[in-house]
Amino acid sequence: MKLLGAQVVPVESGSKTLKDALNEAMRDWVTNVDTTFYIIGTVAGPHPYPAMVRDFQAVIGREARQQIQDMTGRLPDALVACVGGGSNAIGLFHPFLQDTDVAMYGVEAAGDGIETGRHAAPLCAGKPGVLHGNRTYLMENADGQIIETHSVSAGLDYPGVGPEHAWLKDIGRVQYVAADDKEALAAFHQLTRTEGIIPALESSHALAYGVKQAASMKPDQSIIINLSGRGDKDINTIAKIEGIQL
Amino acid sequence: MSRLADKFAALAAQSRTALVPYIMTGDPQTEVTLPLMRAMVEAGADIIELGAPFSDPMADGPVIQQAAERALANGVDTQQVFDTVREFRKTDNDTPIVMMGYLNPVEVMGYETFARRAAEAGVDGLITVDMPPEEGEDYIAALREQGIDPVFLLAPTTTEERIDKIAAAASGFVYYVSLKGVTGAATLNVTEVADRVATIRQHISLPVGVGFGISDAEAAARVSGCADAVVVGSAIVKRMAANSGDTGKIIEQVSELLASMRSAMDAASEQNKKSA
Repeated sequence: MKLLGAQVVPVESGSKTLKDALNEAMRDWVTNVDTTFYIIGTVAGPHPYPAMVRDFQAVIGREARQQIQDMTGRLPDALVACVGGGSNAIGLFHPFLQDTDVAMYGVEAAGDGIETGRHAAPLCAGKPGVLHGNRTYLMENADGQIIETHSVSAGLDYPGVGPEHAWLKDIGRVQYVAADDKEALAAFHQLTRTEGIIPALESSHALAYGVKQAASMKPDQSIIINLSGRGDKDINTIAKIEGIQL
Repeated sequence: MSRLADKFAALAAQSRTALVPYIMTGDPQTEVTLPLMRAMVEAGADIIELGAPFSDPMADGPVIQQAAERALANGVDTQQVFDTVREFRKTDNDTPIVMMGYLNPVEVMGYETFARRAAEAGVDGLITVDMPPEEGEDYIAALREQGIDPVFLLAPTTTEERIDKIAAAASGFVYYVSLKGVTGAATLNVTEVADRVATIRQHISLPVGVGFGISDAEAAARVSGCADAVVVGSAIVKRMAANSGDTGKIIEQVSELLASMRSAMDAASEQNKKSA
């Protein structure tokens, strides 16, 4: 980010996770509203940001839709993408929404496991509420306070999700599932060893579920897993978790 | 008439501006809130804005963010805010109380239940920072049903068209956010504020409160020239945090600040009467 000329400001408030970065982005926005137009990178937040970010991200789905038809002569049978705020997932899904034969799976972070409560899976285990200017599924306590999330991947560590995903869940177009930290780490290693591609920990959640899903599909069926980020950024996290001396 | 309407009518008759302190319920410790509310009225507060904590206070600067964190750590929830108001009403049935918070805790309780419990406790107005009036039909109806005034915020960037919409939805008063930014931000430009308030008054007949960035007696006096209410939050909360654990000292320092604001504001309004 610095190489691209950005000034990077760490978040010191609240739980210091992605939601607090969104809070700070909002605070910066209302302060510099005359000159600031784009505030967050995900498909959450007040209108029109979820729709804008989706339209930008949808290049993923448009290109994937073209490329798989060029390669296989038909549409894929399933799409899999990880969901934190949900930008890469909506980007992949959106151009396929009318293709009713294409199954779609959004994979949330189950952290230590949904049953432990230490996760970041509002679509799987949350309730509708209002945060950051949009109504969506949230992780909250009985008093409506947003609760802290847990995931090995910083990018999925968000207690809400883009409102369009909430809608796609409610109408049943997309199935939202979850992969836990362990499954994501295993998938991280699997892709690194088998393909020489280091996936981001976020994308490793999609991989974990995609590999599981593929086992129940036929050999002539195809599946697109969105490798939304590179894992170079995660090597220090992995080393720390696995006790690897760098 | 609601307590808010009564209060503003009484103040207008005396050409005085309302002094409205904001404190966060249960901050920095739960036992401070009630005696402090009473002391603030003694020191010259006309209306009390009582904060309900939220985990993600997007419109607040660091001072009130930290107050919310302390209140939540002290176990404050919506019901405790209501209970505090109910206790306060046992000795004070005149001072209007405006509850200020964020939407999700209201959503979770449900608009109707929230409005009913708030009214039973003695809450007079509700500011929900992240509820735009455009989305607020059911919310406004639920509050009105219980006689609670929905108070909405106007920003320096609010268009005249939108001011008209807010005029149609609000009652009690409207709250002009005097600067682009969060609570407790840099000092405000009083001339700009006066210009904007004049524009607002062309569209809204309700009293206009001004807040965000008023930190001392001088600023309060200058803003009181154009506003019907002066809201002071971060300057108070900062003093409370600095004296955490010492209820007596918190009450003393906050009362001192409010008394100095009160006398500066009253002196300014006397001055205005003479020059008028």
